[in-house]
Amino acid sequence: MSTSKKGADVVVIGLGAGGGTAVLPLAQAGLDVVALEAGGRFSVRDFHADEIRNDIRNWLGRAKVNDEVPTQRRTAAEESVPAIAPGRMMNGVGGTSIHWTCQSWRLMPWNFKQRSETIRRYGAGALPAGSTLTDWPLAYEELEPYYDKVEFLHGVSGKAGNLRGAIDAAGNVFEGPRAREYPLPPLRRTGFTEFMSDAAKRLGWHPFAGPAAIRSQPYRGLNACEYHGFCTWGGCHVDAKGSTNLTAIPMAEKTRNLKVVEGARAIEITVDRDGRANGVRYMKGRKVHFQAAKAVLVAGYTYENTRLLLLSRSSAFPDGLSNNHGQVGRHYLAHVRAGANGVIPGRRLNRFSGTASQWTAVDDWDSDFFDHSTLGFTGGGTMSATMEAKPIGAARTTPPSIPRWGSAWKAWLKENAISVASAATQINVAPYEDNFLDLDPGVEDPDGFPVVRVTNDLKENERRAALFVQGKCMDWLREAGASEVWPVAPSSLSVQTHAYGGTRMGDDPDANVTDRWCFSHEVPNLGVLGASNFPTSGGRNPTETVMALAWRTADHLVDEWEAITG
Amino acid sequence: MQPYEGGGADSRALSRRDLLKRAGVVGVAAAAPTAAFAPTAAPVRDRERLEALTALEAEALEAIVDRLIPADSNGPGAAEARVARYIDRALAGELASLRASYSEGLAAVDAYARSRFGEPLADLEPAQQDAVVRDLEQNVATGFPGGSRTFFELVREHCLQGMFGDPVHGGNEDFVGWDLLGFPGVKLSFAAAEQQMDVTVVPAHKSTADFPLFKRGRKGGDGEH
Repeated sequence: MSTSKKGADVVVIGLGAGGGTAVLPLAQAGLDVVALEAGGRFSVRDFHADEIRNDIRNWLGRAKVNDEVPTQRRTAAEESVPAIAPGRMMNGVGGTSIHWTCQSWRLMPWNFKQRSETIRRYGAGALPAGSTLTDWPLAYEELEPYYDKVEFLHGVSGKAGNLRGAIDAAGNVFEGPRAREYPLPPLRRTGFTEFMSDAAKRLGWHPFAGPAAIRSQPYRGLNACEYHGFCTWGGCHVDAKGSTNLTAIPMAEKTRNLKVVEGARAIEITVDRDGRANGVRYMKGRKVHFQAAKAVLVAGYTYENTRLLLLSRSSAFPDGLSNNHGQVGRHYLAHVRAGANGVIPGRRLNRFSGTASQWTAVDDWDSDFFDHSTLGFTGGGTMSATMEAKPIGAARTTPPSIPRWGSAWKAWLKENAISVASAATQINVAPYEDNFLDLDPGVEDPDGFPVVRVTNDLKENERRAALFVQGKCMDWLREAGASEVWPVAPSSLSVQTHAYGGTRMGDDPDANVTDRWCFSHEVPNLGVLGASNFPTSGGRNPTETVMALAWRTADHLVDEWEAITG
Repeated sequence: MQPYEGGGADSRALSRRDLLKRAGVVGVAAAAPTAAFAPTAAPVRDRERLEALTALEAEALEAIVDRLIPADSNGPGAAEARVARYIDRALAGELASLRASYSEGLAAVDAYARSRFGEPLADLEPAQQDAVVRDLEQNVATGFPGGSRTFFELVREHCLQGMFGDPVHGGNEDFVGWDLLGFPGVKLSFAAAEQQMDVTVVPAHKSTADFPLFKRGRKGGDGEH
């Protein structure tokens, strides 16, 4: 049984970082917007300071994502298995912008042209073997005004390192030029962040206070951070985080042009006889509804964007919506993580508080800020030393030189847990022919829809990059005075919150799902929001770029309304 | 509620069952304490009604976690933290899907303990129990369809959660896990001085459940933990 709703101008599927941002310019332009969100609305009372509830059980993901965790395998020759870790996306009005860490980055200008810059400096032989690496279809400069809008929407805290070309060593000297200073100064510096900053400076590096979408001061009626230590994977109990449910969504609702449907799980994007999107079928409870619209924006997470397109089959698109070129699910990327831990003997680091967005960052080993001629890889990653160690995680962080249980293990924790420093990196990843998403033929969610199957392997280029930057993490900890340093093996944990691709953007319809505006090459009134558009991962957190791209796509829809929907 | 048996580590030479008889209780979730911390430690309490495990399964589980995190001169261990209670409650709720894995695994542990030392795990001496747990970790204990290491890792992870997670979930009794690490407990705000190195942050000894902000409220409110 299906019920139909009054037609909207735009239906947005998912109200998180991407959808939650895009609704603002759409509603302000006077378009009639309906947003379908699988979760509900949360209050600060829901955001318990509880590592088990948040980090381990992902309570905020219980409406939907926890029941549709993708399966994974390394190669197409293997059987898929359940994900080692669930990934921790969430559902709710505001989506994962509620429980993200809020390390709020712009990508580096180099990230937008990794392919051409690698060829220019090192030759075509330096491109990763087997990769489908392309430049982004837009340059940093085109996205800069949208980064600016996002930063001022949320009140991002940071220090500019490149103000219209003027370099300031108090900020990130490697960043692309920005039009103006951050709206708020960096979050509080701590003993540990300064300790690591000093060590980095002694190594000749350029450390800085990493930018945070957490308000260091009250901003536009919203509160400042209280540094309580349960920030990542939990919502903020004082509403200090850069969450779209605190900013863009209520602003859009104020225009009365946005209608939010909670508990709505999209199951199919439908098309008319001409192959144009004309609405969305969704489930609310057990009942199926239909929402007609003149334009559709898919704004789920990376896995869900691919899944929904592949589930939306029709005579015009027998292999899934916008998939007549066989590109949906291709060019999948997952951040490669690596790093190291070390014991600073006898020192109480007091990392058991604050947020991981109180941190010292180092970009000297990212992008092409160093000579790769003899290194055998392209790219790198940002490095970070953060606050917000939590107790269960701390108990897991012991060196391989001690047993993993018993009195000796316990004695080590008592002596050293307060003295453990960590330095971590997230490695820029290239797309490969054989890393991709599709639907798992053997695993379904509780509603009977197949879950996504991730086929993803750690490739040589990224393995080398990870080991290289990991070595720098170890150097950093040793310089800080660590007596024992142990690495964390590079991992390309396949199901995770830093996943990209599947609906890659690019000018060539044969090799990309979306165009430079993140609209489908095949379905002109279908847009895609989210990191599923990214051609490369970048070596840093994606969310601010997701928000900036979404805003730009929404602006494009407004500007080209007649052409797109006519 | 029973006080600790006195005595030091050598009281472990008694069989666990003898010890419980001497203590006059049945089903105490504990090993003997050591003299080093017993005088100041809270007494180990009776096991509450089990929610998921059988009594025999609980005995085996308590014996495992007691060896993973023993009470010793560095303070209370998994028994005092009520780690087994955390796991039992979780298996009756969020981790119900693992209930069968625990039943099979704990039965296999006891069967292996019998095959190697002639008694179920709970009745062995600490050194023997350690040998069994080590075999689980090394993946050489027999009788585990998925390999004994898989079961070891499952229990170890849940043991860490029960020892170091928020007490609202049934473990980390009296914040003994957090005190071991130097974790200060839940506070809704930290001052700049508390984020400096080498200062001693006074333990708050508070759970998330101690804050009215997070108390269960109106119908349809924040829900279970």
